[in-house]
Amino acid sequence: MHDFSVGRRSFFAGGLGLVAGLPSSGRTLGEPRRAYGERAPAEHAKRFFRASATPGTGTSRTPLQDALGIITPSSLHFESHHSGVPDLDPALHELLVHGLVERPIALTRNELRRLPTVARIHFLECAGNSWQLHAGKTVSGVQESHGLISCNEWTGVPLGTLLREVGLRPGARWVVAEGGDASRHARSIPLAKAMDDVLVAFGQNGEPLRPEQGYPMRLLVPGWEGNVSVKWLRRLHVTDAPAMTRDEAAKYTDLGPDGRAQQFSFEMEVKSVVVSPSPGGRLERRGPHQVSGLAWSGLGRVTRVDVSLDGGSTWKEAALEDRGLPKAFTRFTLPMRWEGEELLVQSRAWDETGARQPTREELVSARGLREGPDGFDHYNGITGWRIARDGTVRHG
Amino acid sequence: MVERTSAVLCTLTAGLVLAASPDSNVGRRPSDAEIAAADQTIFPDGRGLPRGSGSVKTGAVVYREQCAACHGPRGEGVDPFPAVAGGLGSVRSAQPNLTVTSYWPNATVLWEYTRRAMPYGAPGSLTVDQVYAVSAYILSLDGIVGPDAVLDQRSLPLVRMPNAAGFFVAPAREAIPTPARK
Repeated sequence: MHDFSVGRRSFFAGGLGLVAGLPSSGRTLGEPRRAYGERAPAEHAKRFFRASATPGTGTSRTPLQDALGIITPSSLHFESHHSGVPDLDPALHELLVHGLVERPIALTRNELRRLPTVARIHFLECAGNSWQLHAGKTVSGVQESHGLISCNEWTGVPLGTLLREVGLRPGARWVVAEGGDASRHARSIPLAKAMDDVLVAFGQNGEPLRPEQGYPMRLLVPGWEGNVSVKWLRRLHVTDAPAMTRDEAAKYTDLGPDGRAQQFSFEMEVKSVVVSPSPGGRLERRGPHQVSGLAWSGLGRVTRVDVSLDGGSTWKEAALEDRGLPKAFTRFTLPMRWEGEELLVQSRAWDETGARQPTREELVSARGLREGPDGFDHYNGITGWRIARDGTVRHG
Repeated sequence: MVERTSAVLCTLTAGLVLAASPDSNVGRRPSDAEIAAADQTIFPDGRGLPRGSGSVKTGAVVYREQCAACHGPRGEGVDPFPAVAGGLGSVRSAQPNLTVTSYWPNATVLWEYTRRAMPYGAPGSLTVDQVYAVSAYILSLDGIVGPDAVLDQRSLPLVRMPNAAGFFVAPAREAIPTPARK
């Protein structure tokens, strides 16, 4: 293809100026157009992960301290993989739907797109997000403690639409989803949820899914622990019972104080965190500042967020940039003045079920401090950042 | 206030029957053989387990060659890789050691996970008989099956795991007590 941009730029930047004898002290023309955009060179926000012996397995964390608004850039969406990111050809990769269905089918992404699609904004949070805070550890910042969550616009076909397409036979109660990664990650989802708001997603923030987010097709299970949103989706098995795969029979179970463990504790409960100011940042000048943070609930909409500057003695209701989106980020803000004193900045959120985000003490009192099979899952306690007299921010 | 119902509870009480879309040609119709080949769902009652068998003795060899480097010669784990044995009776202690033998509720879970996800570097490379054998060996490390045991598609689901009664499914997560809204 002919690249018009190169020729035109050089014409105006060099050729025309010289030929016409124009003054050389004018402003320099900027960079040329480009086919696929990049962020400004001065911006460096990136996911964080530690090197390991198994680089394809584990997590990378979203830099929430750099987040603006409620949408996480696809390039910064957190990752969690069990056996690396597979390289799947969208022309060849098929999703098989079988089991207690009237008409089993296999379909590519392009065939899936013949069904009616929707676009929805939802957060996705790893069950283990913020486990360090349950354990009582001090963290380096919000990326370490809360970075296993992101919020994107997902485009896809409602799973209920796909199940109506194939028909359900008597006894259908669960859907077992299997991924196309090397270890064939698999989870069982109750049919009621499958018919409610689950998507077979192929789009992410206006583009096809990124490979690390499940290209070319994935499940997106709004409000539930991220592990059930099976990526690289290759099989949906409609069954009468859960399969009891490792990640639902043994892992992702919550070991209680009495030694018994709850299975299928899917929901990610109401939670919030201040992202600015937060560790790594600094209040440079006295005077007005904005407290800003993110709140979410896997059970619906966030209805209220309070902010405390004095470690929880007094609270003020924050303003919500509320778009009425269930199971999505809600951005909250509260203006504050800082005159060089020490502060402990915290937030607490409520959701539309009436549930309030608990304190760590309340949560530990109910659930105890014994580590389960994944450490600690489903921690949603209140978090605080300390601002020192010199304006630096730290945890603990 | 939104009533906090659980999808799990709903599905335990209500199934659903839907007629397929008439006259639709979305996707393609897979053959029964194709479905059978792709279907690797294994249920705790043994449904889905393929025919095959393996002994503890054979499993010891498979384990030594395929598993011990990460999970230790006796299943104790080699950091950062997890233990697969040990910790029996620790689930209710202050320092639980949650392994396959001490914690997992069903032997079928060990089988299905090993079959699809292990060994780490080459998932799916073990034969059906090797998976039965190495499962038997891991279960023998803590005496859940005897040293001469042979497991197959009929006997594996009958293995009684020590923590089988340690799990429950609640209609919804128990709410954490929080004082009334101020």
